[in-house]
Amino acid sequence: MKRIYFDHAATTPTDKTIANTMLEYMTTKFGNPSSVHSFGREVRKEVSEARENIAALINANANEIFFTSGGSESDNFALKGIAFANKNKGNHIITTQIEHHAILHTCQWLEKQGFEVTYLPVDEDGMISLDELKAAITDKTILISIMFANNEVGTIEPIKEIGAIAKEHGIYFHTDAVQAVANVEIDVQDMNIDLLSLSGHKFYGPKGIGAIYIRRGVKIQAVQLGGAQERNMRAGTENVPAIVGLGMSAVIAKRDFVEKNAHLVALRDKLIKGIQEQIPDIKLNGHPTKRLPGNVNFSFRYIEGESLLLSLDMKGIAASSGSACTSGSLDPSHVLLAMGLIHEIAHGSLRISLGRDNTEEDIAYTLEVLPQIIARLRSMSPLCAENSLGVTAKECKTCYKK
Amino acid sequence: MSTNEYTEKVMDHFSNPRNVGEIADANGVGEVGNAKCGDIMKIYLKVEDNVIKDVKFKTFGCGAAIATSSMVTELVMGKSLDEALEITNQAVAEALGGLPPVKMHCSNLAADAMHEAIKDYMSKQNK
Repeated sequence: MKRIYFDHAATTPTDKTIANTMLEYMTTKFGNPSSVHSFGREVRKEVSEARENIAALINANANEIFFTSGGSESDNFALKGIAFANKNKGNHIITTQIEHHAILHTCQWLEKQGFEVTYLPVDEDGMISLDELKAAITDKTILISIMFANNEVGTIEPIKEIGAIAKEHGIYFHTDAVQAVANVEIDVQDMNIDLLSLSGHKFYGPKGIGAIYIRRGVKIQAVQLGGAQERNMRAGTENVPAIVGLGMSAVIAKRDFVEKNAHLVALRDKLIKGIQEQIPDIKLNGHPTKRLPGNVNFSFRYIEGESLLLSLDMKGIAASSGSACTSGSLDPSHVLLAMGLIHEIAHGSLRISLGRDNTEEDIAYTLEVLPQIIARLRSMSPLCAENSLGVTAKECKTCYKK
Repeated sequence: MSTNEYTEKVMDHFSNPRNVGEIADANGVGEVGNAKCGDIMKIYLKVEDNVIKDVKFKTFGCGAAIATSSMVTELVMGKSLDEALEITNQAVAEALGGLPPVKMHCSNLAADAMHEAIKDYMSKQNK
């Protein structure tokens, strides 16, 4: 059976050219960039080049790019590094309710260390309000951290406007751009971004590598201590093969930007339109236009997400869901709940995240299979027969999830 | 949690569920769960002479919820009410070759729904 990969927001396949090149940096060009000898020198040059390529993708300077193990580490570094370096100025951080857990859980940890965090709400499209952001700012605010684009529903936040507000108030602005890099134009100068997190495996680079952009002059302290690597900002021998791979993925992302994203938008809009035309009782989650090129997210009433994923998987289609069963917790996606979806609708969500290798045929096949699966699951659902969600008001006596 | 923890038997009952639907003249109906939690199981019984002549289910929920519902209908079909009341959630899970630990408490309620349906039948008989 043909398999269709629709989960690019989770991870992308590493580009074959990149993977082949990386092998060389494990076997023949295996030197440690800190070494004085020729083995060290030959890779030191490559690490610098990768840094320049990452910087070019977001219009930063190479000396503002620091390599990390990925998005989560970059997020931790940004929040903890800024918080502790600026605690004499203030202890207040502003973020949103729909951030990735790498931000949310770090913020919760910082609260335990005495910092105060405001979690901005979002509207039904997953968009923050600039007025609410302005109102949340106090003279103790040291950092605003708002994601560039949401990983579940694809909504792109008003980053340039947020950057302007942060600058006006003299507050650092960090953005988790893990989903946005390579998919949305990013210019850290124009958008007044002070710190930015990115991750290699979300745009055809390898796993286990990412970077943080830190604008020159930003007061931040290192989180991981040890050797003098990354100009004393992030200790640990450089992951040279992955750094080289990340640099290459940045070059490819820049080179193919227009063509790849036009391809994704065309497939995305075709899939959204097809689902809307063929399946009743659905809700498109996320902003209708300000959304990532590859993101499709729907809630299908009366059915549960894991059943839907299993059914799709049996037909060779790999996607994801915000249902509790797939979120690894007892509650469905915090993003969908923050957008005002009731639990039962959030349980029935499906995220399809498209990638560059997806085709028109993949979309056509999905539009053939998905309506059948939805119809089958709905025919088994007691909610559907009553054609109402009124039953949900009843207290749950037997369910152990309390 | 991940799908590959489901046994072949679970996947079989999920993809080819037995006894799906409603019984128009059911004389016992039981429902457990809540849509907010992500699982609702509804069992319909047709009881004659204290024997379950027919049983059907409708379920909103994950793969385990659907598979356990299907399995419980298979286990009680043709059984006496006393026999059916002895079937536990644990027995349903065992009949499926086990369930992932995370599913044991949230999606393994099919026997409860069946017991509720029997209670409903009994309460109607006592009237």
